[in-house]
Amino acid sequence: MNNFTPLSALAGGVLIGLASVWLLAANGRIAGISGIVHGLFAQPPGDRTWRVAFLAGLLVAGFLWLAFFPGGTSSERNLAAMAFAGLLVGFGTRMGGGCTSGHGVCGLGRLSLRSLVAVIVFMAAGMLAVFITRNFF
Amino acid sequence: MANPKKVLDFLDITGNWDPSLLLVMGGAVAVTLPGFLPFKNKISAGKTKVDWPLLAGAAIFGIGWGIGGYCPGPALTALSNLSADVLVFVAAMVGGGFLAKIAAPAGPGA
Repeated sequence: MNNFTPLSALAGGVLIGLASVWLLAANGRIAGISGIVHGLFAQPPGDRTWRVAFLAGLLVAGFLWLAFFPGGTSSERNLAAMAFAGLLVGFGTRMGGGCTSGHGVCGLGRLSLRSLVAVIVFMAAGMLAVFITRNFF
Repeated sequence: MANPKKVLDFLDITGNWDPSLLLVMGGAVAVTLPGFLPFKNKISAGKTKVDWPLLAGAAIFGIGWGIGGYCPGPALTALSNLSADVLVFVAAMVGGGFLAKIAAPAGPGA
């Protein structure tokens, strides 16, 4: 556990929570990023403005972070694996109706049983995937 | 969460486990739990039953998360790295959403 960074993790979590409360209070929306992304491409086009604004915030925050703390991070996997992973994440979050933000941060915050089950399932599936990829590949 | 190594180290419970993500989730839920209370009436009543699309979708998402180390939000923030792996991941993620809609048009949608 020499890689444990409790303070930055807790601070980041609190900020994510505050952003989620703010979006619900100001806009009446649940801050589920996968849902916001998928809804952007929905047909017929609907309420796109707030989605674009929210996602633009996520992007700009990434650049701002790098401006203050240079040095990005990279993944451990090759491009083919990343394409496969992205496909699964997009498919799964749409099918299951949420990701770590929608089911995790927001769903748990409103005591949704569906979300609790989803969080347990995707954590377990993620742990299994990491166990297999890091031990057998 | 925008650093795939931190994510994979958190999911790697049999390896050099990094519990940091537990505090990210804990810190966030500690805020949303009381923070959502005054706005409960703004949340539209959705599904309440645990069904197969939820279970299968969560499992598929989890496998992708464990392979790539990105979930949707942090992947978008990590686009600022301007590296090919995140660009490919996000493009595939949007494509995966389309595939899910084709596979189950009447599904949960978003």
